[in-house]
Amino acid sequence: MSANLLAVFYLISGILFILALRGLSSPETSRKGNLFGIIGMAIAIGVTFLSVGNFSSGFLYVLIFILVGGSIGSIIAFKIPMTAMPELVAGFHSLVGLAAVFVAISAYLNPEVFNIGSTGNIKIASLIEMSLGAAIGAITFTGSIIAFLKLRGIMSGSPITFLGQHFLNLALGIILIGLIYYLCKTQINTWFWTLILVSFAVGVLLIIPIGGADMPVVISMLNSYSGWAAAGIGFTLENTALIITGALVGSSGAILSYIMCKGMNRSFFNVILGGFGATDQSSSEKGKEQKPVKNGNADDAAFLMKNASSVIIVPGYGMAVAQAQHALREMVDALKKNGVKVSYAIHPVAGRMPGHMNVLLAEANVPYDEVFELEEINNDFANCDVAYVIGANDVTNPVAKSDPQSPIYGMPILDVEKSKSVLFVKRSLSPGYAGIDNDLFYRDNTLMLFADAKKMTEDIIKSL
Amino acid sequence: MEIDPFIFRLSIFILSIFIGYYVVWSVTPSLHTPLMSVTNAISSVIIVGAIIAALAGNSEIIFNKANIFGYLAIVLAAINIFGGFLVTQRMLAMYKKKRKDK
Repeated sequence: MSANLLAVFYLISGILFILALRGLSSPETSRKGNLFGIIGMAIAIGVTFLSVGNFSSGFLYVLIFILVGGSIGSIIAFKIPMTAMPELVAGFHSLVGLAAVFVAISAYLNPEVFNIGSTGNIKIASLIEMSLGAAIGAITFTGSIIAFLKLRGIMSGSPITFLGQHFLNLALGIILIGLIYYLCKTQINTWFWTLILVSFAVGVLLIIPIGGADMPVVISMLNSYSGWAAAGIGFTLENTALIITGALVGSSGAILSYIMCKGMNRSFFNVILGGFGATDQSSSEKGKEQKPVKNGNADDAAFLMKNASSVIIVPGYGMAVAQAQHALREMVDALKKNGVKVSYAIHPVAGRMPGHMNVLLAEANVPYDEVFELEEINNDFANCDVAYVIGANDVTNPVAKSDPQSPIYGMPILDVEKSKSVLFVKRSLSPGYAGIDNDLFYRDNTLMLFADAKKMTEDIIKSL
Repeated sequence: MEIDPFIFRLSIFILSIFIGYYVVWSVTPSLHTPLMSVTNAISSVIIVGAIIAALAGNSEIIFNKANIFGYLAIVLAAINIFGGFLVTQRMLAMYKKKRKDK
């Protein structure tokens, strides 16, 4: 196969990948989009085999390796519960990162194969691209592993900070640039291996100071990094499909990080520098006073909702933890039988990754046209009889609008307090992730339901 | 004067960033999780590099120092390709509209 024809095929698979993302603009077109993505991938892999043209025993091994990896991937894809999606995505990011590192290593050890020079005499441009790809890939790999461990609960979700942390990261960043410079100048293997090892360390150090609820930003950011790593390798391999995909994924992750930061009203650097939640907890401690709350039970809640004409449900991470989405949908079905109008309100940073709540509700068979984003539904709270807050906290705190001293001041919140009454399902009065008391607990129109989200919802179904 | 092919690739790269920017902004927020899993799957197109690394070069020795990393990368990328596309498919199949008859 000629190099030109090959390039055309890679271009086609790049275009199919663009269409795969384009399909996600609405749920109806998304399934077709995913199919485009699969076809694009099949074309890319197929023409690569033809271009190498080596169908010896090595080819057989490649097929076996693809099958082994493919079976592992398929089993994971079918077995994984939807609540574990954030961990899964973090885990997948780490694999892309490590694959980029491995491809960079093989290109470095065997440059003739990729037409980028000979061992010890690799083209400078290729060497820079390769080092960038390897470094970003390595950061993605270890960073995603830390994110995975935090999301999975194997590692504590609280931020790990120490003195001189930012200074150390800055120093390591400068060292990385120095290593790339010396690698290009001398082409000594040691620099290459050190570069990868230092990048591994940077990945760990970058993610440990970031706390659990900032994970939506972290996952999006790592998504972006995995794209830039792929693009770096794409330049080395002079492969259009890889360059296009890398750019798409890189900008996709960057946009998601931006949306997530905006949802928390924090700058990207503020999130990356980390330590949020750890420092604020102490300050809220001293100002705490006993304020009266209204405490209700499942029967009260059932009575209120049954007699309401409209109910808005506000789910949060707590719903995912309690796996309450199915019970929630049953409750809504029962309410609908009583003629109550029910809709769902999703805050951009609800859950642990972008769109987390939407997937869980979709899993519980909630039709997606009953689920609304913050801007779409926020005005409806004023006309709604009952807001049912299940597992959300900071995203409903009216303090974000009233108190400029509050760490979450300016964050867009769901105007839950405007509805006639608020049912707040929560295990205790403890403050949320941001470490601040939620003003909503003490309002006259709020009824606290102290229980596990799933158990409370099931009890409400019983009394409906 | 001849233009370096690198400039062409750079042009493709930068234009693709712009395409990505506009395409991703049009993705509906409720599909942001499938967006992440599908970008994951497509970024594993890095497997083409892994295949070249594994197969090209001297074919007498099947596993040597240089191509073993290619084989390892193939496994990792394959996990991602199959896992990523299938889990996206599984998620997208769950998004349903309100049924009229209910």
